[in-house]
Amino acid sequence: MDGTGTSAAGFRPVPARPAPRSTEGAWPWMRANLFGSWQTTAGTVVLGALMLWLLPRLVDWALLRAVWTPDLAACKAMEGVGACWGVVAEKYRVIIFGRYPFEEQWRPLVATVLMVAILVASCTRPFWKRWLVLLWAGVLVAFFVLMYGNVLGLSKVETDRWGGLPLTILLSSLSIVLAFPIALLVALGRRSDLPAIRAFCTIYVELIRGVPLISVLFMASFMFPLFMPPGLTIDVLIRVLVGITLFAAAYLAEVIRGGLQAVPKGQVEAAATLGLSYWQTQRKIVLPQALAMVVPSIVNSFISIFKDTSLVSIVSLYDLTGALDLAINADANWKPFKLQGYFFIALIYFLFCFAMSRYSQWVERQLNAGRRR
Amino acid sequence: MSTKSPPRKSPWSWRSRAFRGLIYQVAAMAVIGLAAWFLWSNTLTNMRVRGIQSGFDFLSQPAGFSIGESLYAFDSAESYLRAFGVGLTNTLRVAIAGIVLATILGTLIGIGRFSRNGLVRGLCSAYVECFRNIPVLLQLLVWYLVLTEVFPAIQDAWKLGPFFLSKGGLNFPAPVWAPGEAWLGAGLLAGLALAWFWRRWARRQFDLTGRARSMFWMPLALVLAAALAGWLAGGASTVLDYPVKGEFAVENGGALTPEFLALLLGLTMYTAGFIAEVVRSGIASVPAGQGEAAAALGLDRRMEIRLILLPQALRVIIPPLTNQFLNLTKNSSLAVAIGYPDIVSIANTAMNQTGRAVECIAILMSVYLTLSLLTSAGMNWYNARVAIKER
Amino acid sequence: MTEPIISFDKVNKWYGNSFHVLRDIDLKVARGEKIVICGPSGSGKSTLIRCINRLEEHQEGRLVVDGVELTDDVKAIDEVRKKVGMVFQQFNLFPHLTVLDNLTLSPMWVGKLPRKEAVEKAMQQLERVRIADQANKYPLQLSGGQQQRVAIARALCLTPKIMLFDEPTSALDPEMIKEVLDVMIELASQGITMLCVTHEMGFAKAVADCVIFMDEGQIVESAPPHDFFNHPQSERSRDFLSKILGH
Repeated sequence: MDGTGTSAAGFRPVPARPAPRSTEGAWPWMRANLFGSWQTTAGTVVLGALMLWLLPRLVDWALLRAVWTPDLAACKAMEGVGACWGVVAEKYRVIIFGRYPFEEQWRPLVATVLMVAILVASCTRPFWKRWLVLLWAGVLVAFFVLMYGNVLGLSKVETDRWGGLPLTILLSSLSIVLAFPIALLVALGRRSDLPAIRAFCTIYVELIRGVPLISVLFMASFMFPLFMPPGLTIDVLIRVLVGITLFAAAYLAEVIRGGLQAVPKGQVEAAATLGLSYWQTQRKIVLPQALAMVVPSIVNSFISIFKDTSLVSIVSLYDLTGALDLAINADANWKPFKLQGYFFIALIYFLFCFAMSRYSQWVERQLNAGRRR
Repeated sequence: MSTKSPPRKSPWSWRSRAFRGLIYQVAAMAVIGLAAWFLWSNTLTNMRVRGIQSGFDFLSQPAGFSIGESLYAFDSAESYLRAFGVGLTNTLRVAIAGIVLATILGTLIGIGRFSRNGLVRGLCSAYVECFRNIPVLLQLLVWYLVLTEVFPAIQDAWKLGPFFLSKGGLNFPAPVWAPGEAWLGAGLLAGLALAWFWRRWARRQFDLTGRARSMFWMPLALVLAAALAGWLAGGASTVLDYPVKGEFAVENGGALTPEFLALLLGLTMYTAGFIAEVVRSGIASVPAGQGEAAAALGLDRRMEIRLILLPQALRVIIPPLTNQFLNLTKNSSLAVAIGYPDIVSIANTAMNQTGRAVECIAILMSVYLTLSLLTSAGMNWYNARVAIKER
Repeated sequence: MTEPIISFDKVNKWYGNSFHVLRDIDLKVARGEKIVICGPSGSGKSTLIRCINRLEEHQEGRLVVDGVELTDDVKAIDEVRKKVGMVFQQFNLFPHLTVLDNLTLSPMWVGKLPRKEAVEKAMQQLERVRIADQANKYPLQLSGGQQQRVAIARALCLTPKIMLFDEPTSALDPEMIKEVLDVMIELASQGITMLCVTHEMGFAKAVADCVIFMDEGQIVESAPPHDFFNHPQSERSRDFLSKILGH
């Protein structure tokens, strides 16, 4: 038999005590993760030395000896030694707002703030109500009114003067919003029993997903004018928007289709026994479940589209990337410091995309929490 | 009780599901057909009005432009078709090099996120977050700027051994094809055959005696030894065409233009971030219990990785990995922004010169579509072959 | 008195800094003894047996398995793992290998046996658990009960001296529990040392030499099944038994 007493008379409860050797806290973490074995220690030493050599130099260049004021002479004097953030201070209005008239730049500012506000609001629970759609419609109308003007005493600003951050946000948000209903229909169409519709939707999705966005933008830029009746010209902005929307719709359709496939067949069968029609079943039973499951993937699609809007600079729209070229290429004085300009817009893109990816991870955790018992 | 046959249904009634489906499809096709006809007739009218020709006959006409770099000879008197061919080879060149480099880098970083060293894990995570959240076009432009601004002019090119680095790109010594080189190729092939036989023998030995022999290093050594023997037999020629700094350019040797280098670097670093994520989630998808079962059976870490983790992880990694390869190929189309003459650049130039937008874009899309469909088909075949068999 | 095959001596284990999961465990298991461990969830039962083949590490105390003390020494751990077989709640069969490959993996790669001998051994074990006809199927093509029997056969291929069972029937549908328990009962009659964490009290009554009740990281009571089920000494044991035997 074993050594402990068989009777509970010999049982004395042992109170819990803390571990003898701490495993949590900074020092134990370092002991385990930085110096755990000789290979780990060697790696830490090499990498640590590298970083100790590199980081002070980087901080020195980027922060300590950098020039923060738009002083060309100072920048030139510190060339190679300190970063010239003065190029940003000097040019930021053109970079962020493109060729929009200088005095009216409060309008794209307000419009962008409104758009970002509703994007952020749509992500939080209190706003997940029916009137969100109306709110979106309102914000979009306000956006266009502010940017285009010609009403309410605002001066008219043609679309080819729109640029910079407002353009980037407009293109990405509007294309996703417009692509969503198209993607829904295409996803349902791909799963339909009707062969003609299924074939059409499949061809659409596979065609768009097989070609690069630049070719779709070329198509939009060069071919759409040919598709219109003679005499009718459409705005370059609208053409590009249609191109990006069609592109986004194909990828979103695949994401939604994944969600639809994940809804158990039993749900559709149960709905059928309750007498619901096809469209009622989809609207009330299947889609709510499918869409809830793929919200993280939809957010990831949004991040991709947001980054892809940078391509419109190739078809002569001055989004954030294009606006930088516009701001600096022509100006021989500031041209040597173009690299710092690139870092600035890289930072803007990074902040937006990083925030969105963190949000997507949060949503995923929320969904999984609901599923774990 | 006698059985009754079901009431006859008219196949043409609105209540028949098949009939309804037919009507829906006919209606949908009619709408699409009408829209297509509308667009098509507009296109024809517009083209007539603007005097744009149509047809693919322009492909046989002389191109009238030269191309900055190409794998084979091209001058402006050659046909458009040949120009497109150059564009295609340029695209494939950068895509294949990029895929190889990005896979190696991405796999190392993906594995690095499981390292026991906290510093390595942190750096790998930082890499992935940084490169995935910045648009690839921006990264390409930055690399191009760095390569063309930071590097010195050709006259002051940096010299590292036999290599030259300058605004003109990277110049390296290129092997000159001498007759003896054929022996090197023969040696290589012989080495591969030897390696295959070795692996077969080693596997049989393992089954018979239980002694495991080297399945990677020995075959590799055999291939290299046979290649060396072939090279020696061919006269051991070490003739290399060394680059020499001339007055305006670096002459001789092989060259990689800054456009190619910028595109390669940008695509590699960007895609490696995504590949690292794919590798990481593939490794994480293998349940922890598999490792525990392997440990309980006495398998050491190397065997566990080779026999249990890797086969299961690869099945999860390969499909999204091929997706990333396709993305890299499609992203190479951004070469048009930095002046690398890939197929999109060539199509753009051809479009501007001939006005045949529809034809050029159609050629462009078919090329990429073919590449995508080939890759998808290959991936589906692989998936079917290695699928874990279930009920 | 002969040496116990497993010996826990004031073994303590913590998860993190504050969760004291094993408290002052003293346990001696004799060769050929069959022990059933039961208790509420979170009481440390699984952790206890996972310490025996070093899937978990203990921080304090001494643990000796068949004469080998378990420490950080890698060689010692390998030696112990060759003598200890484990069956998991989630089976943990390798889905990309056939049943036969699952069984011959360790004898060939760790035991360095030639393939023919390994296959012979594997087929013997498959016969023992009465599933030899499924040798060339893949694990996911089998039912839960069949998979668990294959897992038992896989552990037996090492000819272990000790068999550990971590809630082997908890993940099975009710109609499959019997086939696995039958195999375990037959195994028990063949003289192997067994430690089994389970809620199947019928099995405990049929097979166990000793039932151990654990709660909050401690061994509260240990007694032969007849004494434990009919005359539980501790308040906590009575409480637990009323809950699981009540329905």
